[in-house]
Amino acid sequence: MGAAVLVGQISIGIEEIVIVSLGLSAISFIGLLMAVFIGVGLVSKEMDKRTIYALLSKPVRRWEFLLGKFVGLVFTLAVNTVAMSAGLFLALLYVKHTLERSDAAVFVAIYFILLKLAIVVALALLFSCSTTSLLSILYCAGFYIAGSFVQEMRTLRSDLAGPVAAAIMRWLSYLLPNFENFNVTGLAAHGTKIPTALILQNTLYAALYCAVVLAAAAAIFSRRNFK
Amino acid sequence: MTGPAIEIDNLTKEYPYGFLNLKKKTSLEGLTMQVETGEVFGFLGPNGAGKSTTIKLLMNLIFPTRGHARLLGKPTSDVQMHRDIGYLPEQPYFYDYLTAAEVLDYFAKFFDLAPADRKARVQNMLKKVGLETAGKIQLRKYSKGMLQRVGLAQAILHDPQLVILDEPMSGLDPVGRREVRDIILELKNAGKTILFSTHILPDAEMLCDRVGVIVGGKLQGIGAPGEIVGIKAQEMEILFALPSLGQNSSPLLDKATRTGDRYHLQVPEQDLYAALDQLRNAGAKILSVAQVKPSLEEYFMHLVAADRAQAAAVEVTGK
Repeated sequence: MGAAVLVGQISIGIEEIVIVSLGLSAISFIGLLMAVFIGVGLVSKEMDKRTIYALLSKPVRRWEFLLGKFVGLVFTLAVNTVAMSAGLFLALLYVKHTLERSDAAVFVAIYFILLKLAIVVALALLFSCSTTSLLSILYCAGFYIAGSFVQEMRTLRSDLAGPVAAAIMRWLSYLLPNFENFNVTGLAAHGTKIPTALILQNTLYAALYCAVVLAAAAAIFSRRNFK
Repeated sequence: MTGPAIEIDNLTKEYPYGFLNLKKKTSLEGLTMQVETGEVFGFLGPNGAGKSTTIKLLMNLIFPTRGHARLLGKPTSDVQMHRDIGYLPEQPYFYDYLTAAEVLDYFAKFFDLAPADRKARVQNMLKKVGLETAGKIQLRKYSKGMLQRVGLAQAILHDPQLVILDEPMSGLDPVGRREVRDIILELKNAGKTILFSTHILPDAEMLCDRVGVIVGGKLQGIGAPGEIVGIKAQEMEILFALPSLGQNSSPLLDKATRTGDRYHLQVPEQDLYAALDQLRNAGAKILSVAQVKPSLEEYFMHLVAADRAQAAAVEVTGK
């Protein structure tokens, strides 16, 4: 957040925009690193170190174990996001000396980042239930990058990529998480009100996507042999 | 609970391997056995025999290729049944940065115990496994033996009816082994059913009502330790002295083993009287005659040797 203030000070007239943009990007990036690396390690470490043996011998179902890991990490990310957001608002206060009604958009942007991170955690759990840690990290990174270009995939012109590739891309774009919808940094930086419909839509989308991914993870995990 | 505590029916576990998982390695083949309520059952076998595979199948950590098992009358997939089961994994490992007391408290929370009860049980368990002074040290600083004790404590913390211990003596010094033996006997006296795997045969002989010997994924024998070794032909041991050394002759004397001024000779039970006559005629003074009790170890080694011979034959003939 110090960097946001510093860069903001040398950006004459657009300090607020720079602070909000940099601040939200930092929250998103650090949250993303935590979600991927901790998320992948949550299950794989339990299996590698065999701590899971004693745990699953207790009256706990495998899907409950997985759901507990998900909720625990999302809560951890929420605490981290709140702490970083406090820094962002302090930086805004330092520059503006007051907070305005339009700053509410920053809250919404932070909420969207948290929803996005929840999806990433669910994906990290899914991959770590079925493959190695390294591949899980690579898959998560791939899904995140691809999910950030969903609109481009949907509008890929068939005369450029060929009709088959364009169709595949379009189908893939509906399977991949649409992270573009969660990116409202530009709107928040300019203090533009974020529509309530988008908040509801993103909340529902993230909940459904997490539920489907976690159900798939639980199905794989429930059939896994712990050799 | 009146029926068997553990019922295993044709339990088989195969692991696919190789290109496209087309080959299969059989870790356990058609295991059928029962463990009665209230008995201490020893599951014996060399490394890789299928002991841990069986236990993991019972604990639903791996899934059978064929067959099924029931614990306390319920299928292994019934998670709620785990309320009455304690399990010590082989070479247990827990969260490094927690203390023994914290790990036990964490596991106790799965059993809906009141906080005061939980605290009392944790303290009691730490005392029982000899860790009361080490309870506040992080587990990353624990030795293998100390982790084994924590593992045992978490297995019996909730006072289960059935206790399944995978190599409970592993990593323990003689004092630790003695303490574990005492805990197993204490559990038996409290009416619990105990199944434990081991390859430390004297422990099994000392503790078990019955043992099952598994070699190469197949159950080779099951029964009371004394009964199971009785399968081998009985031999008799004659202890004798030779007062007039140098003037005696008998083919049996050449077969005897000398220890100090005494001689030991083992003969088949049916040849005992003939051997005694021969020795007396040769001037020997008979000191004692005793039945040689084959040890569980001898029986075990006999089975392992037979399995290895069979495996070698398969390798040579390809069948």
